[in-house]
Amino acid sequence: MIAFLKRHEGLWLFVHAPAAIIAAIVALLIMLGAIFAPWIALVNPYDLSSFSLFDGLLPPIWEEGANTKYLLGTDDQGRDMISSILYGARLSLVIGISALSIAAVLGVGLGLAAGYYGGRFDAIVMRIADVQLALPAILTALLIDGIARGLLPAAVQQDLRVAVLTLAIALSLWVNFARTARASTFVQMKKEYVLAAIMMGQRPTRVMFVHILPNILGPLLVIMTVDLASAILLEATLSFLGIGLPADSPSLGTLIRIGMQFLLSGEWWILWIPTLFLVALVVSINILGDFLRDVFNPRLR
Amino acid sequence: MVYFILKRLIQSVFVMLAVAFLAFSLFRFVGDPITQMTGVETSVADQERLREDLGLNDPFILQFGRFTGDMLQGDFGFSYRTRQPVAEMIATRIPATIELGVVALLISLLVGVPAGVFTALRPRGIATQAILMTTLVGVSIPTFVIGIMLIFIFGVQLGWLPTFGRGGTVQIGNWESSLFTIEGWRALLLPAITLGVYQLTLTMRLVRAEMMEVMRSDYIRFAMARGVPMRKLHYKHALANTMVPVITIIGLQFGGVIAFSIVTESVFQWPGMGLLFLESIRFVDIPVMGVYLVVIAFFFVLVNLIVDLLYVAIDPRLRVKDVS
Repeated sequence: MIAFLKRHEGLWLFVHAPAAIIAAIVALLIMLGAIFAPWIALVNPYDLSSFSLFDGLLPPIWEEGANTKYLLGTDDQGRDMISSILYGARLSLVIGISALSIAAVLGVGLGLAAGYYGGRFDAIVMRIADVQLALPAILTALLIDGIARGLLPAAVQQDLRVAVLTLAIALSLWVNFARTARASTFVQMKKEYVLAAIMMGQRPTRVMFVHILPNILGPLLVIMTVDLASAILLEATLSFLGIGLPADSPSLGTLIRIGMQFLLSGEWWILWIPTLFLVALVVSINILGDFLRDVFNPRLR
Repeated sequence: MVYFILKRLIQSVFVMLAVAFLAFSLFRFVGDPITQMTGVETSVADQERLREDLGLNDPFILQFGRFTGDMLQGDFGFSYRTRQPVAEMIATRIPATIELGVVALLISLLVGVPAGVFTALRPRGIATQAILMTTLVGVSIPTFVIGIMLIFIFGVQLGWLPTFGRGGTVQIGNWESSLFTIEGWRALLLPAITLGVYQLTLTMRLVRAEMMEVMRSDYIRFAMARGVPMRKLHYKHALANTMVPVITIIGLQFGGVIAFSIVTESVFQWPGMGLLFLESIRFVDIPVMGVYLVVIAFFFVLVNLIVDLLYVAIDPRLRVKDVS
């Protein structure tokens, strides 16, 4: 009943927060565009036969000398900017969301167990978390990426790039989940319903995932949104640094890195349009995260 | 007090040992050092002899002990890529990163703290709302995009500032500094702002939260009721009590500054440790990666130690607690 009311209260607040509505629309549009990229994009940027060099470096439609076929212009290879961005956003979101899911499962699992069992297990998990928290996520991700480069044979490097990147991001983001889940679990452990469940002789896994987990979902959801933005940013940064995805399967970060080459020449759209997309996506997710935090933490209102 | 310092020192040694262990494991288990050192035409027997000579067949603990001992004497081994001593490579890069980081940190504190106080004292003002909205956007814009934007505006469009490198540097002993020439400062400005912006928003938000908390406390209300002038109340009573968290921020932000300096250095081609680390990842230059980790951890431990000591200096309550 309380959860039900809260949901409605959240809805009510949402309708009265214009920034959150705009952010939700922007995020939704970009996500839909990314999901349906293969159907709505003009060309397939991975398929060399679908675009031609003769269409290269065309400006967006409102500039002099544009081709009306390419609304936001083309890059030096003749790829339609909209198509590249849609496919790039698709890749960024796939990596971001899968990394986040891995991080969430790992972090929540460890955090729940640490809060439930306490004692030595809790101490070990939290010490690891402390050490990792001292290192910023980007450093951890770079390090894991470097180790993977050393361990994997050169032949499979390129094929596993997406997997390595996802894992590197996931392993740098699990700590937030673990700490939040642990702290919330500690609070729940003192409540009667948990005691009752334990006394009834239910298995620890059942108590953790069926009884406790639903009651700590609120704060976890907030972390989820904020960290989705972090995951997308991390991927973009790594790709921008040239450590992430290669130029033949560009994510938003790779597109920006390619665009940097045109910083000094007149072709501003190759750099700024993907940048604008990335920033719009991350800003709107962050605004939604801020909004969710306010909803779940009435003290701040 | 002595006990406290001693305890922190011992903790720091343990942290350093753990990081050294990580660096050693990297070196020992990620790729085979022998295949890195020898060419294709080296025979298997020669490789085995080299392995024996270098002590790579010795027990793990013994090898780790030797590794740590060498490190303490400043021997960090050789880079796989350039064949130069790693210690030298890092030493020539350290000044650039430290100067960049310190200037960025100064920017973030000199702007962030006043902005935090201002927004805390006028929570409903239009200026406050504008600043808060800007910082939310600022946090969401990736560091490298801020860098590109600054390059585009001040480097390309206006042509005021250089967009890469360190400009004019002055050699002081082993320290190559860009703080003593105008060219150097001009080159430093854009990267330092880029690096400082994110830290600035964090500083501001933390100071703001802390200040609002303090303003709600009983002793401030009491001082208000007693008729202490508002200015004195804000800047003497309240601000003094927000200084402890501000010190903490400096400690915490140091890690962020170092990590994001990798990104900033890449955007501006700033010849610091971050750029070196990035190259070492790209070429799987394990010794450089490991040493970078150890050096960063050392700075980290050092800064946090100083921060802990500063707490005691700033907050008299901690000294009393320590005695009891």
